[in-house]
Amino acid sequence: MIDETVAACAPWSGVVPAASTLQIVDLEGNQAVDFLAYNAHDTAERYSAPDTIAAQGNVFLATGSVLRTNLGNPLMTIVGDEVGRHDTIGGACSKESNTLRYGHHTKHQHACVENFLAEGSKWGLGKRDLVSNINWYMNVPIEEDGTLGIVDGISAPGLSLTLRAEIDTLVLVSNCPQINNPCNGFNPTPVRMILTP
Amino acid sequence: MVETMPTLPASAWPDPPAGVPASEMTWAEVVAPGGATSKVLSRGTHVRLRDLHGQACAHLLLYNAEQPWERLNVADTVKIPWQAYLGVGHPLLSDQGRVLATIVADDSGRHDALCGGGAPARARFINAAAKHGLEPRDLPPSVSFFEGVRVQGDGSLNWLGSAGAGRAVTLRCELALVVLLADVAHPVDPRPEPEVTALEVLAWRGAATTPDDPLWTSTPELRRAFENTTDYWEARA
Repeated sequence: MIDETVAACAPWSGVVPAASTLQIVDLEGNQAVDFLAYNAHDTAERYSAPDTIAAQGNVFLATGSVLRTNLGNPLMTIVGDEVGRHDTIGGACSKESNTLRYGHHTKHQHACVENFLAEGSKWGLGKRDLVSNINWYMNVPIEEDGTLGIVDGISAPGLSLTLRAEIDTLVLVSNCPQINNPCNGFNPTPVRMILTP
Repeated sequence: MVETMPTLPASAWPDPPAGVPASEMTWAEVVAPGGATSKVLSRGTHVRLRDLHGQACAHLLLYNAEQPWERLNVADTVKIPWQAYLGVGHPLLSDQGRVLATIVADDSGRHDALCGGGAPARARFINAAAKHGLEPRDLPPSVSFFEGVRVQGDGSLNWLGSAGAGRAVTLRCELALVVLLADVAHPVDPRPEPEVTALEVLAWRGAATTPDDPLWTSTPELRRAFENTTDYWEARA
């Protein structure tokens, strides 16, 4: 069993063996947790947001959602979710996209892609291995005309979600350091990762 | 007579788009249903995709031709404009905060940036990418044109399908690009055996978006994306 606290703005990674569970606890509430996952034995097979959306016919992730790979295979299943809605459309913040959204004065702020690159490098993963990710605890509704919103999270202190690995799964996490929008309540906070065999 | 083939030279294409001299044509090809094609295009090139018979679905991936590790980022493409549905004025953004291409014309309005291409598109993209030295790891999520999907309030998907034969989308290349195209059924097409028909691809020389174009200043986000793009290619030129 692994029980670790991921500091605000920090990365995390680990292998979740098949049939074991990973619980992610939003310790202080309103914290987006950016998440990528790979077949631990062949990282060319990885989480695919579009394959997941197409297979379940819905853009939101919630209890019962099966996270699928780019080959359409089940990677993990959401077996417990106290929040009810998570995003997989908005992707991760990066220094580069921050310059677009907020202006060039944010270029040197920390960003999720920096976490993914640093943590991924420990597992032999590089830039081309970063794809559209999951944003746990982030709420991105799509209005009728296609307008996207990142609205206040619907999470709260202590709420958690639990994922069951369907195959041995390498997980990369960025505890989102974004301070320019409400996804972290403008105040990044720690999260807790509990891996149970 | 075979319809689905490239025409060489492209200037021999009998029916260039209105206002385009035949001598400016650089790509003229009709892609077979279930097929794929690819091309390296210079900055400023305009590419028109046309659904000839009403059942094409044009799956697209874009890479910076000078450094193909920079590629289409679908998440930023919908997040930065705050718009999930592709249409005129929508930028196709890279993972480096730059504009790879902009949509400058569209009389279909039925496109998709959420569902990817599924196994059939992936199979075509693996081979098309390989011909540019790219591997399966280099395939990010793709976008598709001519088979629309809309999202309901509860997040579920609503299939719109095709807007009909003859509809076209024109992209303007803001950098030199590797363009990969596959014409296969959309992954959430509800029909048991979806029909797919031929895709026409025409390209011609032109200019990238300039600061005096209303698109450049249409939003602060897009202005900064064009500024990043210009900053990149001017430093490199």
